[in-house]
Parts: sequence; C-alpha cells; structure tokens
Amino acid sequence: MAQIFSRGANAFARSSLVIGLLLPAGLFLTALKLDRSPLQTDQGVVLAQPVPFSHDHHTAVLGIHCGYCHTSVEKSAFAGLPPTETCMNCHKQIWKDSPTLEPVRASFRNNEPIQWNRVHDLPDYVYFNHSIHIAKGVGCETCHGPVNEMPLMYQAKSLQMQWCLDCHRAPEKFVRPKDEVYNMDWEWGSDVDPLEEGKKLVEAYDIRPQDTCSTCHR
Amino acid sequence: MRTETKHTAAVYALALSALLLLATACRQDMHDQAKYEPLEASSFYANGMASRPLIANTVPRGFLREDTVLFTGLDAAGSPAAIYPQASLAERIPGAGEMSEKELWGLLLKRGETRYGMFCTPCHDPVGTGRGMIVQRGFKSPPSLHEERLRESPPGYFVNVMTEGFGQMSSYAPLVSPEDRWAIAAYIQALQLSQHVRLAELPAELVHSFGEAQNEAPADAAEHGSEGHGEEVSHGADQSGEI
Ligand code: HEC
Ligand code: HEC
Ligand code: HEC
Ligand code: HEC
Ligand code: HEC
Ligand code: HEC
Repeated sequence: MAQIFSRGANAFARSSLVIGLLLPAGLFLTALKLDRSPLQTDQGVVLAQPVPFSHDHHTAVLGIHCGYCHTSVEKSAFAGLPPTETCMNCHKQIWKDSPTLEPVRASFRNNEPIQWNRVHDLPDYVYFNHSIHIAKGVGCETCHGPVNEMPLMYQAKSLQMQWCLDCHRAPEKFVRPKDEVYNMDWEWGSDVDPLEEGKKLVEAYDIRPQDTCSTCHR
Repeated sequence: MRTETKHTAAVYALALSALLLLATACRQDMHDQAKYEPLEASSFYANGMASRPLIANTVPRGFLREDTVLFTGLDAAGSPAAIYPQASLAERIPGAGEMSEKELWGLLLKRGETRYGMFCTPCHDPVGTGRGMIVQRGFKSPPSLHEERLRESPPGYFVNVMTEGFGQMSSYAPLVSPEDRWAIAAYIQALQLSQHVRLAELPAELVHSFGEAQNEAPADAAEHGSEGHGEEVSHGADQSGEI
C-alpha cells in the first residue's frame, strides 16, 4: 500500500504539536489580559447621567465638601448619594430657570428620585465598607482618582481584587493623615520619605488590613 | 479506532466549551444577586425604589425624639435653650462617656469646626460673615453671625435654625445629626468670641503676643480692630471665599 502522507507531513505534524500547545496558552494569556483590561473593568468609562452633574465645578470651583452630599461615607458601608432636596438647598435660587436642571426640579416637584447611573459597582459577592477606610486614613482620591477634575464621573481604578490586595498587603504606601482624607491635592512634602511616614501612620492608627478571603467574601 | 478517538476528543472539546459558557452565565448571577443594594432601582414597586418610605405614624427604632432640647434646640417653654444638653451629647458621641468635661468640650469644638466647614461655609464663609462662594454666585446673602443680635442668641437658637431652616435657608436636619448640630452651635459661639473678645479678658501672655502681631499687621487690620467696638479685637474677617 502506498504511503498516504508524504514526508513533508512530518514537519506539519511537529509544528501542529507546537501550535497546539502555544495557541491555547496564548489565547489563555490574552483572555487573562483582557479580563484585567479596561474593556472588562470599565475603568475610565464616562457614563451619561440624567443631569450633567459636574464634580469639577461643585468641588474644585465652588469648594463644596464631599461630605455635604455623600453624608454617610464616614459612618456606614455605603457612601450615600444626595437626595434631590440637597441639590435644591442651592438650586432653588441658583440657576433656577436653567433647562439643564429641569430634571432636578421635576424630581423635586413630583417627589420622584433622580435615577443616577452607577459608576462604581463591585460584584455582589464582594463586601466593601467605606467607614473603616476613611477612619484609618485612606483618602477618597486614592480609590476614586482626581474627582475634583471630573466634569462627569468615571471609575479611575480597576476595582479588581488585585487592586484591593495591593493596598491591603502594603497599606504604608497609601495611607495619609486622617485630617486629609477629603483633600484631593494632598501629597507628602518633598522633605520627608513617604514610605517612612506611611509606616509611622500604620503604627499610630494601628492599621491592620486583612487579606484572608473572608474579609471581602463573607 | 483512530476516528473514534478523534470523535471523543471533539465531543470533549464541545462539552468543555458548553461548560465554559455555563460558567460565564453563572458569573453574572453571582455578580448581580437577588438582593438590593442601598438606593438600587426596583421594578417591583410602583415608584421604582427598592428602599421603602416610612409608613405614616410610625417611629423607627432609635428615632423616638423625646429629648426635645437635643433634637430641636428648644426648651420645654419653646424658647431657644441657653444650656447645652451635655448629658445627652456625652451619651451619643462615641467614647465621650469616659471623658472629662474639658475633653468633651474639646471634642465638641473640633467636631463643630469640621462640620461647619462641610455644611455652612458654602454660604456663611469660614469666619461667618456671610460672603461664601454660593452667595457670590447669587444666593441670598445671610446676615453675619457676628451681628449683635446673633451674638446674644443662645446656642439653642442656632440648633433650631439648622433643624427647621430659616427663610431662604433650608433645614439641615436631614444632613447633620443632632449632636453635630450642637457641635456646630458651639463652634459658632467660639467663632463669635474670636471676633469680639475683650482685651482685658485674654490671658496676659496672649495680650502680649497680640500686641506684637498688631504691630506687624498691615494698617487695615488695625483699623478693623478699632471699628466702633471699643477695645474689642476683630481680625480675620476678610478671609471670605477662601474655602
Ligand atoms: C453637590 C453634591 C456633591 C458633592 C459636593 C460631591 N458629590 Fe460625588 N456625587 C454627587 C452625585 C449627584 C453623584 C451621582 C452622579 C454621578 O455619578 O456623577 C455623585 C457620584 C459620586 C461618585 C460615583 C458614584 C457611583 O456611581 O459609583 C463618587 C466616587 C463620588 N461622587 C465622589 C465624590 C468625592 C470624592 C467628592 C468630594 C471631592 C464628591 N463626590 C463631592 C454629588 C456630589
Ligand atoms: C452648595 C450649593 C450647591 C449644591 C448643594 C448643588 N449645587 Fe449645582 N451649582 C451650584 C452653583 C453655585 C452653580 C453655578 C456655578 C456658576 O455659576 O459658576 C451650580 C451649577 C450646576 C449645574 C450647571 C447648571 C447650568 O445650567 O449650567 C448643574 C447641572 C448642577 N449645578 C447640578 C446640581 C445637582 C444635580 C446637585 C445635587 C446633587 C447640585 N447641583 C447641588 C451650587 C450648588
Ligand atoms: C478603599 C477605597 C475607597 C475609598 C478610600 C473611598 N471609596 Fe468610595 N467607593 C469605593 C468602592 C470599591 C466603591 C464601589 C462600592 C460597591 O460597588 O459596592 C465606592 C463607591 C462610592 C460611591 C457610590 C455609592 C456607594 O457607596 O456604593 C460614592 C458616592 C463614593 N464611593 C464616594 C466616596 C467618597 C466621598 C470617599 C472619601 C470620603 C470615598 N468614596 C472613599 C472605594 C473607595
Ligand atoms: C489604598 C488602600 C486600600 C484599598 C485600595 C482597599 N483597602 Fe480595604 N482596607 C484598607 C485599610 C487601611 C483597612 C483598615 C484595616 C484595619 O482595620 O486596620 C481596610 C479594611 C477593609 C475591610 C474591613 C475589614 C474588617 O475587618 O472589617 C474590608 C471589608 C475591606 N477593607 C475591603 C476592601 C475591598 C473589597 C477593597 C477593593 C475594592 C479594598 N478594601 C481596597 C485599605 C485599603
Ligand atoms: C481585599 C478584598 C479581597 C480579598 C481579601 C479577597 N478578595 Fe476575591 N475579590 C475581591 C474583589 C473586589 C473581587 C471582584 C473583582 C472583579 O470585579 O473583577 C474579587 C473576586 C474574586 C473571585 C472572582 C474572580 C473573577 O474574576 O470572577 C474569586 C474566585 C475570588 N475573588 C476569590 C478569592 C479568594 C480565594 C480569596 C482568598 C485567598 C479572596 N478572593 C480574597 C476582593 C477580595
Ligand atoms: C445655601 C446657603 C446656606 C447654607 C449652606 C447655610 N446657610 Fe444659614 N443662612 C442662609 C441664608 C440665605 C440665611 C438668611 C435667610 C433669610 O433671611 O431668608 C441664613 C441664615 C442663617 C442664620 C441666621 C438666622 C437669623 O436669625 O437671622 C443662622 C444662625 C444660620 N443661617 C446658620 C447656618 C448654619 C449653622 C449652617 C450650617 C449647618 C448654615 N446656616 C448653612 C444660607 C445658608
């Protein structure tokens, strides 16, 4: 019986062995990378909102404190979003005929909430708590980026597990004095070693973040 | 024989990819579980809110407001309280129970300072002269907290203004807890004192350092100091807008 495969087929078979191994490995790695890329994490994506509320304008230009609107950030897991009444504290007089603000006034008149689109959303199997982070000197800016420069809100960090762990395993690189947690422009002075100062704070505030699974998956 | 193994391999591969598909579906379920997060929208209730409003004529646990002085700033006769409800405050501020009176006041003033900065400076500005950023953008101008009438008001009056609102100023009760309202009132009284203290009432060493500061200060600050208040000290009133 004549040979079905020519000699050249050997090379083909060998290379298919290599490709058969490399290709899945490559695909796997690409999939991993994709999973950690902004495509998957929505990092940096600006969402449209029913009212073009600008953090830049209200915080950096007007100097309104984060706590004026996110009132529960120091005492609960949830940071809290301002009810329409909070906007109306000022907007009953400021820009009270502006068409941009009509949804706010309509919400106030009809007693119906404004439906903001969620920007940061951890999966439901993750437990997160704002109050402990604020109490131990982690600034808003460390996790939310330069909010005071955002005309519209976007998610500045990946919010992936690796990101949480990077800090939980080395908090001294990220913590700041408690008085500065709301300060968007805060930095260690150039005359001190940030890492040394961070270590002192970790000591002073008794900061001991956990990296056991049940801390965040409970 | 050969083709058979090929077949089984293909079947395995198919089954595996089907399983993988299942896994992604599973991930979404875990991602968005059958529970509501705070303020989440709901298609179940007519008004679209998962959070339910309070049922009429009910009081949530821990919200029974029998202590009217603490919650409204008004005493039993309905006039502004002149005395701080110290016992109730110590009860509600975490850790204040074991504190000495002096420590409690220190804590209250510090707390008042940050809360005043959060909620009042946009309009009343950091020193209380009523020239904050929102006023500069067209909001009604509030009276200066250093007016004679307001300087003579008891702390309960400020708590009451915050609780119920005043004219064009909305109520701040939804944003500021009762103990924080008293803390702000204490801070306002400290602010008032800071602008209108009598030289004779200051400790001697402070009078001395103030004298030095006056000598170095620009001319207009010194002018401010002698503006009709006799020997009262007045400075810092031009910090408005610096938030
Ligand atoms: C005048 C009120 C106001 C102030 C002051 C304010 N915010 Fe907000 N914030 C809002 C509103 C309204 C939203 C929802 C709309 C949006 O996402 O832009 C929001 C959304 C956010 C979100 C995203 C929430 C989500 O959907 O995931 C973050 C993070 C945030 N704010 C942080 C801050 C920080 C940090 C500061 C202080 C620098 C601050 N905010 C000051 C009103 C305010
Ligand atoms: C403490 C006062 C204050 C609060 C609270 C506040 N704003 Fe404003 N907002 C202002 C001021 C002042 C301006 C105008 C700034 C200017 O003229 O430069 C403004 C401007 C705006 C504008 C632009 C209006 C236009 O026609 O261009 C929008 C939109 C807006 N605010 C939305 C909101 C929303 C939504 C909320 C509630 C979450 C809110 N604001 C709460 C003070 C406030
Ligand atoms: C340690 C990181 C971290 C810090 C510090 C932090 N946040 Fe957040 N924030 C998050 C995460 C993560 C979420 C998403 C939570 C979720 O999806 O359940 C979030 C969500 C929010 C939201 C949306 C509402 C909510 O609670 O889900 C607001 C508003 C907000 N943050 C404001 C703030 C403000 C204001 C500060 C500073 C006082 C702050 N955050 C500090 C990580 C942080
Ligand atoms: C920039 C630093 C930083 C980041 C980022 C961070 N954390 Fe933390 N976390 C801390 C610190 C500091 C503590 C306080 C530890 C202590 O109790 O001393 C803490 C505490 C916690 C706790 C409380 C633990 C307990 O015992 O109750 C939880 C839960 C938590 N973090 C979840 C998260 C999750 C989920 C993320 C990511 C979405 C995250 N953290 C991101 C710094 C961080
Ligand atoms: C500091 C908080 C934190 C700790 C500790 C933690 N996780 Fe997570 N984990 C997260 C967050 C946040 C996510 C969501 C990531 C995302 O949305 O991509 C997550 C997601 C996951 C996922 C799903 C991954 C995916 O891509 O779908 C698994 C599985 C998981 N964690 C397992 C663990 C195990 C096992 C441990 C203990 C060794 C652990 N986690 C400890 C915060 C934490
Ligand atoms: C959005 C701007 C705004 C904010 C924020 C604000 N106020 Fe006012 N406030 C006013 C205005 C305007 C008046 C004058 C009201 C009138 O006469 O119609 C006023 C009046 C007052 C008065 C004087 C009442 C009288 O007898 O004349 C006091 C006291 C006061 N505010 C305290 C506070 C405190 C304390 C806070 C912080 C919790 C605060 N305000 C926050 C705008 C504001």
